[in-house]
Amino acid sequence: MSLPEPIITRRFGIENSHTLEGYLSSGGYRGLRRALEMSPQEVHEEVRTASLLGRGGAGFPAGVKWGFCPPGVWPRYLVVNGDESEPGTYKDRLLMERDPHQLIEGCLIACYALGLSQCFLYVRGEMALAQERIAVALNEAYQAGYVGKNVLGSKLSVDIVLHWGAGAYIVGEETALLESLEGKRGMPRLKPPAFPASFGLYGKPTIVNNVETLSNLAWIIENSGAGFAALGSEQSTGTRMFAVSGHVKNPGVFEVEFGVTTFRDIIFGPQCAGGIAGGRKLKTFIPGGASAPWFFEEHLDLPLDKATVDQAGSMLGSGAIVVMDETTDAVAACHNLVRFFARESCGKCTPCREGTSWLESVLSRIMRFQGRLEDLDLLMDICDNISPGIAWPPKMTTICPLGPSAVSPVASALARFRDEFEAYIAKSTVAASVGRPRIPVAAG
Amino acid sequence: MGYFTSDNAKLAEEIMARYPKVRSALIPLLHLAQEQGGYVTSEAMQEIAELVGATPAEVLGTLSFYEMFKPTDPGRYQINICHGISCFLCGSTELLHHAEERLGIPAGGSTADGLFSLEAVECIAACTEAPALQVNYRYFNRVAPELFDEVVESLASGELAEVPPHGVLARVRQHIPVERAAGPSSPEVSETPVWLES
Ligand SMILES: Cc1cc2nc3c(=O)[nH]c(=O)nc-3n(C[C@H](O)[C@H](O)[C@H](O)COP(=O)(O)O)c2cc1C
Ligand code: SF4
Ligand code: FES
Repeated sequence: MSLPEPIITRRFGIENSHTLEGYLSSGGYRGLRRALEMSPQEVHEEVRTASLLGRGGAGFPAGVKWGFCPPGVWPRYLVVNGDESEPGTYKDRLLMERDPHQLIEGCLIACYALGLSQCFLYVRGEMALAQERIAVALNEAYQAGYVGKNVLGSKLSVDIVLHWGAGAYIVGEETALLESLEGKRGMPRLKPPAFPASFGLYGKPTIVNNVETLSNLAWIIENSGAGFAALGSEQSTGTRMFAVSGHVKNPGVFEVEFGVTTFRDIIFGPQCAGGIAGGRKLKTFIPGGASAPWFFEEHLDLPLDKATVDQAGSMLGSGAIVVMDETTDAVAACHNLVRFFARESCGKCTPCREGTSWLESVLSRIMRFQGRLEDLDLLMDICDNISPGIAWPPKMTTICPLGPSAVSPVASALARFRDEFEAYIAKSTVAASVGRPRIPVAAG
Repeated sequence: MGYFTSDNAKLAEEIMARYPKVRSALIPLLHLAQEQGGYVTSEAMQEIAELVGATPAEVLGTLSFYEMFKPTDPGRYQINICHGISCFLCGSTELLHHAEERLGIPAGGSTADGLFSLEAVECIAACTEAPALQVNYRYFNRVAPELFDEVVESLASGELAEVPPHGVLARVRQHIPVERAAGPSSPEVSETPVWLES
């Protein structure tokens, strides 16, 4: 495999890529200039042609989502999702720190195409450097006439407001993000009716897009949607960033051709993660962030293609590949992931609020050698209560997919590594029939 | 007298003016208060409530949802060790134990001299640089025990100037020049954007 000509990471090697000077000297704002010569409809059409899939997790085509704004309802807003907090995910922060102007340019293009009259750039609270780099970039861009009133002398007038989050994973869910932006607790809204494209910020049509999604727009407009769609597979077009972490020789973030590069290429390829560290064997890997069901050796030759991975029972999610070698304790890894969801549940729905903390407490007692064999059925029973049938994609009893996400690690680990759970239980000091665990105190 | 210094009161006005609805400035103002005081005092909450037209209970309700806001003083340096899955696979448990021993406090605690507090946190988006930690939201990557000790020592002796006191996030803020501003877009004003009119 050879790596493609990078698109969104192409400036990462340039020292001052985050400054206006560095950006302009490497072709910056050409996409915006080009867009302003086109009609807004033509710009939208170009993005449709590109078939750009959202990079935030759900993988919905941006051009299609853009078409969901009800006609004639104004104002419309753009909200940029820079909350990146799914365990294993690391790419939006890089894009914000190293190439903030590329993101700003993408925002302007989207605003122009759809008539979005104000943009809020929501950056995760913990990312101080990203906040700083974007602030500098915006200040420069305003001074130079790229943002604000009459962009580059055109009729486009739009403010981009930098907004910092304050630490809560659930705020990455788009409706929770909007609640947070309205100054409230970040709890997801019930959909329908609250699909952001029709009922978003302040109840107005709102496009929520991920940082990486928007960072592609400048290239697409400059080079054409067809040029983008020529890369990758039929549905998964262009290139995409994947973070490969865990037990690999060379952990890193790699921009590879979407849809055709395989898991084997990216995990074992010498230009990518370089294989398992220490010459050990692969045990399992998570293909798309903490919420995704686990993959194994037999999935290595699947391409990083949305449709293929969905069909194989998992998802590419947020582009986070977490690799575990043969020495990994599957029970501990499962517990680690479940604890995350228990801690981050917003508490609005009973199956998620109660279920995730029950899962956590049963798993932790197994790890303390206080488990019993019935606990394994109990775990599956709780999973079934959170998401009936334990299917993929999950059936929903909850307002958002966070609850069902906690089911993935439990179902995956139990299906494949049940013997490891049993080994813990074999060492248990508790008799089989002491009853159910005490109701856990909700975490977080 | 209010809680905010006169400079920060001006900044607060500037921030509030950017949003179509002033309540949206609540989280940014809490950050501003935390920057001024190192944590969010009850006076600050009271003043912010008045500024954004919310009740103090609503302000507390929002504040308590978010991990970064501290209603009590966490000390000068907040050390957050990531124990997310990638860091866990690369030794965060050992790092956390080491940190607890070195600082003499459990995760969740603060040192008596008011210098450090320690927390185990979820993924901080540095997964390929595991195990990772943040001090006042500045990153340290691939932290071995020796590096941890070095960081703690330089912080204690004031040599790590790139880490500002707790509460200070970005050191450059966005400023929208008045003559360049498009202005907030009110949800109450239904107008077709001019650039869509042919
Ligand atoms: C629990 C949860 C957390 C999420 N976190 C993020 C996030 O941190 N960043 C992000 O872009 N999308 C996140 N999403 C997906 C968003 O809801 C939304 O689909 C996305 O921002 C849309 O942008 P896109 O279409 O460009 O991908 C999350 C979803 C859920 C359910
Ligand atoms: S599923 Fe969980 S996180 Fe999502 S809204 Fe319900 S309680 Fe909150
Ligand atoms: S898991 Fe530690 S930074 Fe992501």
